Amino acid sequence: MSGLKREGDPAHRLDALRGTTPPRPHDARAIAALAANPGCARRALMDGAGLDKDAAARHLGFPAPFGQSPFAITRGNAFEALVKADGCAELLRMLRELLRLPVAEVAYHDVENVGENADARSGAHLRHAHTRSLIDRAARGEDDAGTLYDHPLLALTIAGHTAFLEPDVVAFQLGGRFHIVEIKSFAVIDGQAEPSAAAAAARQAAVYVLALRTLLEELGHDPLRVSHDVVLVCPENFANRPVATLVDVRRQLAVLRRQLARMTTLDRLMAGLPEDLTFDLRPGEDGRPTRPVAELADAVRRTTARYAPDCLSTCDLCFFCRDEARQEGASDLLGRQVRDELGGVASVAEALGLADGSRDPAEGQEEIARLLRNAERLRRECLGSV
Amino acid sequence: MSLLTSLARLRALDEGIAQPVATVRHCHLSARPMVFVPLRLSGEAAAPLAAMLGDDRDRPRLLVVPQPRNRDLRFAWAAELAGVLLPYVESFTADTETVERRGGDPYERALDAPQLVVPNTGGVAFTRLLGRSTRFRRADGPYPVPESVPLLGRWLTYFAERAAYPGSSLTLAATEELGRHWASGQSGLEDGNLASLVAWITEGPREEAEDPLVWPPAGPATDPGFDAEVLAPAIDSGSAERVTEALRTQLAPTWRLMWQALDLLAGLEPGASVAQRWEQDRASFSAMAESVAEGGPPQPRRDGAVAAAARLARMERAQAAYEVQRAYDDPLVMAEYRLTGEAFAGEVVETVPDNAEGEGRSRKLRPLVVIKTDDPVLLPPGTALGTPERRAQGGELVEAHEGLVTVKITKGMGRGKTAAPGTVPDVGERVCYTSLTGDFQGSPGLPDAEATPWTHGGPPQQYVPDDEDAQEEWS
Ligand code: SF4
Repeated sequence: MSGLKREGDPAHRLDALRGTTPPRPHDARAIAALAANPGCARRALMDGAGLDKDAAARHLGFPAPFGQSPFAITRGNAFEALVKADGCAELLRMLRELLRLPVAEVAYHDVENVGENADARSGAHLRHAHTRSLIDRAARGEDDAGTLYDHPLLALTIAGHTAFLEPDVVAFQLGGRFHIVEIKSFAVIDGQAEPSAAAAAARQAAVYVLALRTLLEELGHDPLRVSHDVVLVCPENFANRPVATLVDVRRQLAVLRRQLARMTTLDRLMAGLPEDLTFDLRPGEDGRPTRPVAELADAVRRTTARYAPDCLSTCDLCFFCRDEARQEGASDLLGRQVRDELGGVASVAEALGLADGSRDPAEGQEEIARLLRNAERLRRECLGSV
Repeated sequence: MSLLTSLARLRALDEGIAQPVATVRHCHLSARPMVFVPLRLSGEAAAPLAAMLGDDRDRPRLLVVPQPRNRDLRFAWAAELAGVLLPYVESFTADTETVERRGGDPYERALDAPQLVVPNTGGVAFTRLLGRSTRFRRADGPYPVPESVPLLGRWLTYFAERAAYPGSSLTLAATEELGRHWASGQSGLEDGNLASLVAWITEGPREEAEDPLVWPPAGPATDPGFDAEVLAPAIDSGSAERVTEALRTQLAPTWRLMWQALDLLAGLEPGASVAQRWEQDRASFSAMAESVAEGGPPQPRRDGAVAAAARLARMERAQAAYEVQRAYDDPLVMAEYRLTGEAFAGEVVETVPDNAEGEGRSRKLRPLVVIKTDDPVLLPPGTALGTPERRAQGGELVEAHEGLVTVKITKGMGRGKTAAPGTVPDVGERVCYTSLTGDFQGSPGLPDAEATPWTHGGPPQQYVPDDEDAQEEWS
């Protein structure tokens, strides 16, 4: 890596946004969530800078409402261990059925212990390098032997930063094709899983597909040798017995690509920001943020958010942004549907003013104003409050 | 959501209190509802942790699985649940009325039916999964469970299915019902939080409604913080009492909210069609009770192709009927159609009660009514119309011009030479007409189950659970 970065260079500018706060590595979940609110500049900038949004939200006094129950964690780990036991024997049995593989045996590579004596960052580099060479060898190899790669370490570049992806995932290669295998502990009952859990899994798996494709491409192989059909392994019904399903993630891949492409154009977003703007938490000796809260809040508010109720399940900053939307009286608070219904009238006061006639419609607002006035008349008539 | 509801949400946000979106109640409320607040062990699909339930607000029953990973304790819990729910359900089967059917044998219909009330849609989904995980069990054979458990499973499955049936009140989700009657100043997503929605309706938004320490989640998921700090140590301690008391703290607040939600709904007068829909619920309940009594098999894991299509068609018809009935029962719902030009209301300014068409024997009475309205009327001439004021009446739009609409009455004015008294509105009366009418498409011609084409899997095998079902793990 060249240590010299030009002033004004986007990567440099992003580092300045983060300041002295250590970067938070993106995991697949975080990357998948990037696509959740693509229109939000605040989030794009913070993610681009590798800022720890969770820490920022806590320091701002709006801790994110996300937590994971120890029971769920235990269950997830136990299920993964079961699927991967004995060199992934159970997994192999399922893959054989699902992909109709005539293979009796496959090779098994566990990449996990590579580089475990190094410090975290260089350990990651080692593991990633090792994954690379294994995948390269497989992609070159003429022989048709199947191979399972456990704990491969993939990488994706997010706005100039390398994010290492530490998956609970296995890449399976046979006859030159790779499949991403993702193990999840939500149940598939009579062939159906909870839709939101299944959708989240597909989004995450798409991140791995993209990372593996990028890797192949860098190595000079055809990226499409990574299948867009991922193998999702879940417990079936109420038992712990795993079942594998093929999931097509082409749509998720397209969304993800678009969002990542957007993030490389962060310089445009940064162009309008004050030169000295930073989200630095200024961690002290003990790692706790020392930056005055009001100052940080002010910095965050300088970037444009695009709050939507969906943020409540996807972004660490949600309570902060919701509070901001409340103070602004933004109709965004009520959800996209209401926003769409209002056809671009962004503030609550404005919409109500148009409805009760105390405000004249601006140009282009005539139609929505007419509808709102009508709606107001009907509500008054029906509720008897004239 | 419609613009009318959006406006109500804006108003709610502005005024800091929820706004009505209904003027009458659109669900039936039982005099003796079974309030059911179940909790699930995090990370598991259908591992029950506890439930607070009962039909008496002062005497909730708390059922707890003290060691949620223990399969036997789970089934013991299910048996306890059955011990509360089944007697409740069965108490409605004794009193019946005989109903004559055109072209069919008369049948017995229960005079009243059970009503299960859960906090939210998650509660319905969990009820379904509990039903699924218990209804195929067996009291005999290699993996016996208490006899009541598979029966409980069938009833839970039934209640979960009815929750999806438009207009049915056999199973209510509190947040859904409240949301049908009030618009809060928050998003639909946030309305899924019962504490928060009730706060909006009663006193305005409260920060603490989202604080799990003040208002624990209404289930079936528990608060992860509670799991880590309270529940896990309690389970590890091996003290059933400690686990029970811990879970009581999580359930009791929701229990109070549930009854508060029911009180709020009870404050509204029932809509005119509510009793009719409840009658259908009673009939459905009686059919289910009969199937159980006759030893019929449990509901299959999945519907066969024809059954699935028939169910879909039934649901679509029920949905259409429900929408029409709600609009006819409630001027505020009808207002949605007035806003989109599918209905109009106003004052009668002129009538021609003895207007007729044709001559001699084919002379037909066709009274005319002219209505002055402020509503935008987007219906073309010739549109068939109905009116909430006279539900048996049918009409046709003749013309609409500059706020004056002429309607021709074609049905429901008596058989005489002149219109029967009261059938033609008087000048000065306020009336409403709409293209929304009760004539729905009949059932599409679906083949009987036995005639399922092979392309759709052939005739379904009746589902008979086997030992494998009975021993299916519940871990
Ligand atoms: S919570 Fe805020 S920062 Fe995060 S996506 Fe939503 S609006 Fe953007």
